[in-house]
Amino acid sequence: MATTLREQPPTRAPAPAVPAGRRRGGLGAGGERAIDVFNHAFLLVWGLLTALPLLWAVLSSFKTDAEILGDPWGLPAQLRFDNWARAWSHAHIGQYFLNSVVVVAGSLTLTMLLGAMAAYALARYDFPGNRLVYFLFVGGMMFPVVLALVPLFFVVRNLGLHNTLPGLMLVYAAYSLPFTVFFLTAFFRTLPTSIAEAGLIDGCGPFGLFFRVMLPMARPGLVSVAIFNFLGQWNQYVLPVVLIQGEGAERRYVLAQGLAALAVSEGYAGDYSRLFAGLTIAMLPVLVVYAVFQRQVQSGLTAGHLK
Amino acid sequence: MTGRALRHGRYRLLVTFLVPPLLLYGYFVLSPYVQMFVIAATDWRGLSPSYEIVGLDNFRQLLRDQYVLDALRHNLVLLLLLPVITIALGLFFASMLNVGGRGKVAGVRGSGAYKVVYFFPQVISIAVIGVLWKQLYNPRSGLLNGFLEAVGLDGLARPWLGDPTYAFWAVMAVMVWANVGFYVVLFGAAMQSVPRDVYEAALLDGAGRLATLWRVTIPLLWDSVQVAWVYLAILALDGFALVQIMTNGGPSFATDVAGLRIYETAFGEAKFGYASAIGVALFFVTLSIAVLALRATRRERIEF
Repeated sequence: MATTLREQPPTRAPAPAVPAGRRRGGLGAGGERAIDVFNHAFLLVWGLLTALPLLWAVLSSFKTDAEILGDPWGLPAQLRFDNWARAWSHAHIGQYFLNSVVVVAGSLTLTMLLGAMAAYALARYDFPGNRLVYFLFVGGMMFPVVLALVPLFFVVRNLGLHNTLPGLMLVYAAYSLPFTVFFLTAFFRTLPTSIAEAGLIDGCGPFGLFFRVMLPMARPGLVSVAIFNFLGQWNQYVLPVVLIQGEGAERRYVLAQGLAALAVSEGYAGDYSRLFAGLTIAMLPVLVVYAVFQRQVQSGLTAGHLK
Repeated sequence: MTGRALRHGRYRLLVTFLVPPLLLYGYFVLSPYVQMFVIAATDWRGLSPSYEIVGLDNFRQLLRDQYVLDALRHNLVLLLLLPVITIALGLFFASMLNVGGRGKVAGVRGSGAYKVVYFFPQVISIAVIGVLWKQLYNPRSGLLNGFLEAVGLDGLARPWLGDPTYAFWAVMAVMVWANVGFYVVLFGAAMQSVPRDVYEAALLDGAGRLATLWRVTIPLLWDSVQVAWVYLAILALDGFALVQIMTNGGPSFATDVAGLRIYETAFGEAKFGYASAIGVALFFVTLSIAVLALRATRRERIEF
């Protein structure tokens, strides 16, 4: 920050590129330039504030416990990947990772299939009660999951699905439907009707029309909402904490839940290097996927919030 | 295809496409919300099937329960501060990154990289964020105290999450940290859809950056700000995951939130009736906030 200030002294003469109109403002060009530096500093500080903690976790995952406790700002003397190995196997992060993959693979498929079907029916078919069904779905976006935790636990238990991964899949899919239906209904409405009519004339049945014509046309919307749901379900914490508990639950923990449990137990065991390794294993894959597909991820996550 | 077959196909499609999602949604989402109201009127203590209908007793008890009231108070403080701070920072950074360049209507240098980095917290799990920040705040080995000591501000170093005076604010700071990036990107996308000449006109009229933000950008983005407010308000009324992981409501309930009360009352103390009553109370708080927010922020919409 200090060097930036020195490089661009606020009193320097205005650059010729600045249009003359700027000077009519309340501040002179010198003042504007000072604000400029100031603003840049803010951006940089927030960038560091965001990136440093994550970087620190990755670096700490290579340190020994002594290094972690002794010097939080120090660098690891060597890259100790055995921390990662211990986290993966002894702390069961590998098992949790696998559970997360299984659950999200199932729940995401179910969410997308059921969500697209419901949204298509609501967007393209006029029937009595259409609005009611739509608002039933969309209303679910309003309330935090945490409200109805008690009855949710019991409805899942009544099916014998508590403390099981399939139970978690069904619940994830159910709680992802409001946003999925909301988003995809709007998307299906924007698709041109002429192609659907052409399909019908060519002898496509209503089901063929959906799977062979409408779904492929809706691909951009499906991708956006799939990214949104993938991250939401992969990162889900509240639902597994309530539903995966009881005897032998540790084997069925998903990643977010297992990591939080590990943090509690490492608080007693004092094995900080293993905790940071677990943290890094939980964090890096999503960050890498995000870095590669950042444009799609950003638009996928913000899509539903734009008018 | 005859008309009758078409109608028949249409009926079959509606049933096949709507019944399975509705069953799943109705069973796992709608019915719990409905049952919550019923259970809230009982003294059900869990695994035994027997319970008594106690009517509004749970709610009477709730009004005198200092723990629940304190937790709700914390949610209300979050509700007042979290949206305002997050939206203000989001608007500020977004305008810097999209229209803040000098002498032209474009982002500052390196804005692409900033947008990527700012969004990081949004893609990682709330559990990772909670565990990470718990370590960052660690009084001995944490990055924060390490930094304060390194720059000679030892006096400011403290057990952030262990001190009732600071713990709540420390947790709220993490909520802001975790959400600002999302709104930078969201507002940024909205700003991109504002025609350039609006900003060029403001620039020619000699509007400074703050004046542009205040008089041009915010009015034009009002719809997005409103949506952001509603989402952040819902977030402020939850807060369960982060609080449970970082402090579990402590020290001495200084960071407790209503969601954690529900969880602890139900799964810690097995008072399922009472926990549902807290849920009902929170349900109505959420509902009234949403209605209020939509009314209060209703403004004339500016078409562009």
